[in-house]
Amino acid sequence: MSQSQATLQVENLNTQFFTKAGVVNAVNDVSFTVKRGEVLGLVGESGSGKSVTGFSILGLVDQPGKVTGGKILFKGDDLTKYSEEQYRKIRGSRISMVFQDPMMTLNPVLRVDTQMVEAIRAHENISKKDALMRARDALGQVGIPSPDERLKSYPHQFSGGMRQRVAFAIALLNKPDLIIADEPTTALDVTIQAQILFETQKLCRETGTSLVWITHDLTVVAGLADNICVMYAGKVVESGKVDNVLDKPLHPYTEGLIGSVPSRNKRGSPLTQIPGMTPSLLNLPKGCAFRMRCPYAAPICETSPDITTCGDGRLVRCHRAEEVLNHD
Amino acid sequence: MLAFTIRRLSQSVIVLFVMSIIVFAGVFAIGNPVDILINPEADIAEQEATIARLGLDKPMWEQYTSFISNAVYGDLGNSFVHNVPAIEIIMSRLPATLELAFLAVGLAVLFGVPLGMIAGLKDDSFIGKTIMTGSILGFSLPTFWVGLIFIMIFSVTFGWLPASGRGETVDLFGVPVSFLTWDGLSHLFLPALNLALFKMSLVIRLARSGTKEVLLQDYVKFARAKGLTNTRIIGVHVLKNIMIPVITVLGLELGNVIAFAVVTETVFAWPGIGKLLIDSISHLDRPVVVAYLLLTVTMFIMINFIVDILYSILDPRVRLGGSN
Amino acid sequence: MTDVTTNVKAVTPLRRFISDFAEKKLAVGGLIVFVLLVLAAVLAPWITPQNPYDLTQIDFMDGRLAPGSTGSITYWLGTDDQGRDLLSGIFYGLRTSLAVGALSTVIALFIGGALGLIGAYFGGKVDTIIMRIADLQLSFPAILIALILVSALGQGVDKVIIALVAVQWAYYARTIRSTALVERRKEYIEAATCLAIDHKRIVFKHLMPNCTPPLIVVGTVQVAHAISLEATLSFLGIGVPITEPSLGLLIKNGFDYMLSGDYWVSFYPGLALLITIVSINLVGDQLRDVLNPRLQK
Repeated sequence: MSQSQATLQVENLNTQFFTKAGVVNAVNDVSFTVKRGEVLGLVGESGSGKSVTGFSILGLVDQPGKVTGGKILFKGDDLTKYSEEQYRKIRGSRISMVFQDPMMTLNPVLRVDTQMVEAIRAHENISKKDALMRARDALGQVGIPSPDERLKSYPHQFSGGMRQRVAFAIALLNKPDLIIADEPTTALDVTIQAQILFETQKLCRETGTSLVWITHDLTVVAGLADNICVMYAGKVVESGKVDNVLDKPLHPYTEGLIGSVPSRNKRGSPLTQIPGMTPSLLNLPKGCAFRMRCPYAAPICETSPDITTCGDGRLVRCHRAEEVLNHD
Repeated sequence: MLAFTIRRLSQSVIVLFVMSIIVFAGVFAIGNPVDILINPEADIAEQEATIARLGLDKPMWEQYTSFISNAVYGDLGNSFVHNVPAIEIIMSRLPATLELAFLAVGLAVLFGVPLGMIAGLKDDSFIGKTIMTGSILGFSLPTFWVGLIFIMIFSVTFGWLPASGRGETVDLFGVPVSFLTWDGLSHLFLPALNLALFKMSLVIRLARSGTKEVLLQDYVKFARAKGLTNTRIIGVHVLKNIMIPVITVLGLELGNVIAFAVVTETVFAWPGIGKLLIDSISHLDRPVVVAYLLLTVTMFIMINFIVDILYSILDPRVRLGGSN
Repeated sequence: MTDVTTNVKAVTPLRRFISDFAEKKLAVGGLIVFVLLVLAAVLAPWITPQNPYDLTQIDFMDGRLAPGSTGSITYWLGTDDQGRDLLSGIFYGLRTSLAVGALSTVIALFIGGALGLIGAYFGGKVDTIIMRIADLQLSFPAILIALILVSALGQGVDKVIIALVAVQWAYYARTIRSTALVERRKEYIEAATCLAIDHKRIVFKHLMPNCTPPLIVVGTVQVAHAISLEATLSFLGIGVPITEPSLGLLIKNGFDYMLSGDYWVSFYPGLALLITIVSINLVGDQLRDVLNPRLQK
């Protein structure tokens, strides 16, 4: 499969929010590629622009936000040029999305079957009965017991984990090429999180569906993703194969994130933490956005670093990448 | 729960009792019905016979006790004017009022919900602001004034719709109704719309704030992410969510609509219990006035009572579950 | 958007209030119209072309003349069935309407305000009883309460005022109580209590002035409600007597002729009523925005 036929190729994406307080560059010059069947972990703190990136791909950025630049190539087609109706047609059919809070994503006053059947019939002209069959199969696929009865239930009759499974089932209904999952397991228990991760991975492998998994949790990415893309203050600061990046981070922020994850191998050793707070996007420091919190900061960091290739498909946006690599 | 119910019930009975005294004592003081009801040419013996027949010669407290003991058995006295049981007159007029009230509530929903949703979807636009201005006017303009303007425009100037009466009625389960005949419907429309305006303003506000709130919910965004059309999202996902508060509030307001029917029925000469009340007040037909007021107050106390009990039973989640 | 904070100059609260109020032109317009209406009502005996209740000035032959007709004088808005000049009638009617509306509001404000303050300040049983009665009353529609009282008390300007007071007092009691409860917990009241200043002084010197802004807001809107309700009662023929007609009664009198096409007998008093209510509401809305920044969107 050639490069141009990657499932998703985001090039220099910019999404801005035009607020009363000023223009916020929520997503700033972001690029990444997801091939067929691949899983990309999009990592960052809250406010780093990772969720907005997800919504931008689906054309669901709310007012006063707007995609203002770059390309979103979905199987070669630039989605930013799509009309609203063209966009609607691929939403939920070719690209679907799963949200963070399963308690909020299902409409509380509609039965689950209604919410599933409508998702099928929005894209395909099939009978209600056939749609219902498919909905039932999808529920079974994500591991919901007695799907026939559960179809007739209201969302509040499900637990949080079950609701998220329903959300995944809905995302899978039309056999999409790409699923964007926006922190789908953050609100769940760890055991349920593990189950869902396992099943999602399996389904993607079986169907060749690509996955963009947005999270702040590096352990999830480590177990799930092929590639990783770390975002900070709206920009990609590092990306590459997940094993390489986690083994030998090139950006001080990535290193900081890894250091703050509790690990079995370093039992008893103190966790490192990243000092300071995420800067306000309205008021970013000059130069590298991370330099105020960065242990490697040097005078050169007052100029904005460009993204550079570091071999093996790795990209990093740091003047001091070499120092980071040679650290420890 | 039982204690609460009993306490509220006894409270309701006390309120009803106090109301009956106020109403009765007050109505007693309005004027002397004898002056109106008895032929001034009649001789004294004839006058006294009538007074005795109507029970007006007895002291006030005695009139009240006989009134209340009869009232318990559903006998609220005979109308002075029509000389039939007051309750009977009211019951014969009630269907007209109920028909009007229900249609008014229906119109309030039919127009109010879409208008409120438009106002909520296009909050800052010209049309949204126009709708909200309209709803403020609906709140502040007196009902009778609007009725008057309706008559002036639709009946007098254009002659499209009749201005008074019920029109042709047909019997439905033995009850005469207007809405099944074309003529009746044309008579019904203006008064129903008039009565609906105030509630419509209320529904517009509820629907607008509900829409604005629902639009911010994740499930609306999720519905968009599923690729649903806007029509489907607004017509099903948003609409179903805002209908719950709208219907709850309107159920509560039904009694209010019936009370306000007094005004509309007078403007449009609609032969319901409201017009009956005003006519009876001006004819000093004391039993009918008392019967009307007691009946309405009882109805109100009952609605309030039921609502109180329901609220204490249903917590929001159960209520949501009950909305199947 | 009010820029209260950007006003750096030392301004008196009153001046700031005026400048805030003046920001919305519609409200200023409403205020001007309302002042003109009040002037028209107060000065009616001196400025109307005719005293509509002086039978010697009325020519019965001039009954139901169209607007602009000339009889003994020019009837700019026409005449009613008795041959009264409608413009003069409206000015006099406005007098009754405004007087009844204002008077009932002031009395209700006084009674309701006092009860609310007492409830908030003393709390306990007194508070419970007052608030239960208020809640109970508010659960009935105003028109029903007014109907009960008017049919119980009979007709007359005083009876209508009593009914309107009875309908309104609960709003004030509630408003002032909720504000007073918030104020009561503030430090200055505690300080006053510690200084052993007596109840009456605390309530009237300290609590009351702080509860005034919301009362002004509710009061303004309620004047419009009271006028509207009085008009409704009079229109139903159970309000003010024929000897002191309000706008509502004028409308009622003209209503019978509306179907025969003589719209003006009803229409112009109705227009006057509309202008009155809308202008008061415009002023009331702006007062709410200015006096209660918390309610601003």
